[in-house]
Amino acid sequence: MIYKETGQFKSTYESDHSIFPLIQDKIAFNILMLVAFLVVPFFIDSYWEKAILIPFLIYSMAAIGLNILTGYCGQVSLGTGGFMAVGAFATYKIMTFFPELNIMIIVLLSGVITAFVGILFGLPSLRIKGFYLAVATLASQFFIIWLFNKVPWFYNYSDTGQITVSERTMFGVAVTGANAPPYATYLFCLILVVVLGFAAKNMIRSKIGRSWMAIRDMDIAAEIIGVPPLKTKLSAFAISSFYIGIAGSLYFAVYLGALEVTESFDIMAISFPVLFMIIIGGLGSMLGSFLGAAFIVLLPIFLKNVMVDLIGLSAVTAKHFEITIWGLLMVVFLILEPHGLARLWSIAKEKLRKWPFPY
Amino acid sequence: MGLKKMMVGLLGSVIAIGGFLEVATADLKFPMLVYRTGAYAPNGIPNADGFVDYYKMINARDGGIGGEKIVFPECETGYKTQVGVECYEKHKENAMVFQPMSTGITYQLIPKASADGVTVYSTGYGRTSAKNGKVFKWIFNAPATYWDGASIAVRHILKQNMGNIKGKKIALVYHNSAYGKEPIRTLQVLAKKHGYKLMLLPVDHPGQEQKATWLKIRKQRPNYVLMWGWGVMNQVAIKQAASIKFPMENFIGIWWSGSENDVMPAGAGANGYKALTFNAPGTDYQVHKDIKKYVHDKGQASGDGSHFGTVLYNRGLFQAMVQVEAARVAQKIHGTSKITPAMYRDGMENVDLNAKRMEELGFKNFAPPFKNTCENHGGSGLAAVQQWDAKAKKWNMITEYMYGDSEVVDKLIAEDSTKYAKEQKIAMRCN
Repeated sequence: MIYKETGQFKSTYESDHSIFPLIQDKIAFNILMLVAFLVVPFFIDSYWEKAILIPFLIYSMAAIGLNILTGYCGQVSLGTGGFMAVGAFATYKIMTFFPELNIMIIVLLSGVITAFVGILFGLPSLRIKGFYLAVATLASQFFIIWLFNKVPWFYNYSDTGQITVSERTMFGVAVTGANAPPYATYLFCLILVVVLGFAAKNMIRSKIGRSWMAIRDMDIAAEIIGVPPLKTKLSAFAISSFYIGIAGSLYFAVYLGALEVTESFDIMAISFPVLFMIIIGGLGSMLGSFLGAAFIVLLPIFLKNVMVDLIGLSAVTAKHFEITIWGLLMVVFLILEPHGLARLWSIAKEKLRKWPFPY
Repeated sequence: MGLKKMMVGLLGSVIAIGGFLEVATADLKFPMLVYRTGAYAPNGIPNADGFVDYYKMINARDGGIGGEKIVFPECETGYKTQVGVECYEKHKENAMVFQPMSTGITYQLIPKASADGVTVYSTGYGRTSAKNGKVFKWIFNAPATYWDGASIAVRHILKQNMGNIKGKKIALVYHNSAYGKEPIRTLQVLAKKHGYKLMLLPVDHPGQEQKATWLKIRKQRPNYVLMWGWGVMNQVAIKQAASIKFPMENFIGIWWSGSENDVMPAGAGANGYKALTFNAPGTDYQVHKDIKKYVHDKGQASGDGSHFGTVLYNRGLFQAMVQVEAARVAQKIHGTSKITPAMYRDGMENVDLNAKRMEELGFKNFAPPFKNTCENHGGSGLAAVQQWDAKAKKWNMITEYMYGDSEVVDKLIAEDSTKYAKEQKIAMRCN
């Protein structure tokens, strides 16, 4: 009923191929965008910025990146933390080498550098698959972290291995550094996520995306029908790493501002959580990347705030409950819907379509 | 779309309620970033208990500071930087001072707090060069810094060797993070000065895996081992050292690697282990009597009360005492009991804890006296060496409080802070 498709006729190829074929989806998405761009910036404060929205956007970006590689191309990767570290350190090095360069260009360049590193570490994927590949990418994770720890050039010989961002502006407003107003950092991340999100969605719907999915579904068959595995797999690694690199760049420059490689890009801090995001959100789904990021990043904060501020539990009790509830929910979701939150959403849509007369 | 929008809306509004429910009051707010969970909890719990008990005691005995009650909301960080940021953003409104209890979080907060105008007090940890008040207006790290600590440890070794340690080998076993890396620079400079060889042995978070590290030590036989560890890493290192029969009296930890929790698991093997400290353990002080009377005897002890008088509990008392004293000083300077965060900073900068004042506060002979000034946010830099007696289960002070090598340390601090000021375009104060 709510999702009534009846009467929505597509008379051109263009409208038939649009990202949101249903008018209801289109309206909802446009409203969401209007709110995100025109309402939120006026009300955002630094708590919403630093604790909720920025981490959500950055992890969404990383989840999109990993989803391209794992969800669409079927190459399991545990190297997300390492690739994000490459993005972060690329940003830092470019920033200190070229103080005049615009921050947007720095972020994009960091993505490009990470893409090359991704290709390099993607090479083993031509020979090994599945769990074995996961272990190979795990090696890249440990190698990269070790490298950034071992070679002082990467952190400009600072005593503690900490890298610190300096202030950069866009249109005269600071977007990095401690003096950046919340709306600026938020909009900066939002623009990148929206633009690159659309780019990813369109890539997936075009030739390159279809070749990824062909490789994912059965690589031998794909090769026989003419999908080159080398080019396809490496392009997936490159593009995925580009997204993850940008996420790492934002994580360092906009979100944390100062970080230390072992703690911030630890396998337990990034690689596993991002993998959980796409599994819980939905492998091979754009919406899933966002839902998964929300689940992993926002749910603990939400649980904590409810338990500490509304119920009045002590911080430590709340933490124990939070870990338990969060874990339980994860298991429950995976049992109820192994295909993730995105699938849950599409089931809900199906139900809404038939409501109130299911047959 | 209805369902999705509704869910998003619901989630959003509840997070909002959660985020903004905090009631603004006229009380003095001392938010606490604690970790009672995770790999660092064995050290985090006694320390946090010390804070809470001291605040409770001040509220019960004096009715707060100058009539203003202390409120101390706890925020559990689990020693994680990201969670620390969330906690800071949540509690920074009207907060007097943040005590992050983590060097990683301190590094994170230094630029943020400086921009927001919130005081950060990292007692004997955090960024060493924050001692330079000319650059770091809002950051304090009294009474001693890691570089003081490193040079005091070397001084202690020098004393034992009649001032000559040429050709000796000193190993540093450190937490592979900003915290553990802090002393390296100083130890390298000192190595040049005194002619010892430095061996660097990083241990990755959380520090349970140290077999390889101690195998190396067994093979290469350094004469001394220094340790910059925290949490389970301390316990594991001391156990490993005992198991390879490393002479414990040549094993010296920083002040964060010298609590009862660190040595107890190794049992008798830990006997003779040394650690630096800038506060005394034990319960023979006036402040303990007051806490007993006003807090513990009323059944309001934080946690289970079992950490009373331990090294880290006492350090918590000391840290809380300095924070409370800063508020008193600020009230005196500005002539009002309702101080703002900016006024509080002035108080912290003018804290003068001489022996007499310490005695008035119930801390007689508890810690060496120190004083903050506009230029010096790092206090006296005094620390002593304590040694563990496994039989009596007691820490004994074996040296006087001594100074670090200020000739080396001051130069490094000036260098590092000037570099930071240049990078961040900070104008020097206190001219």
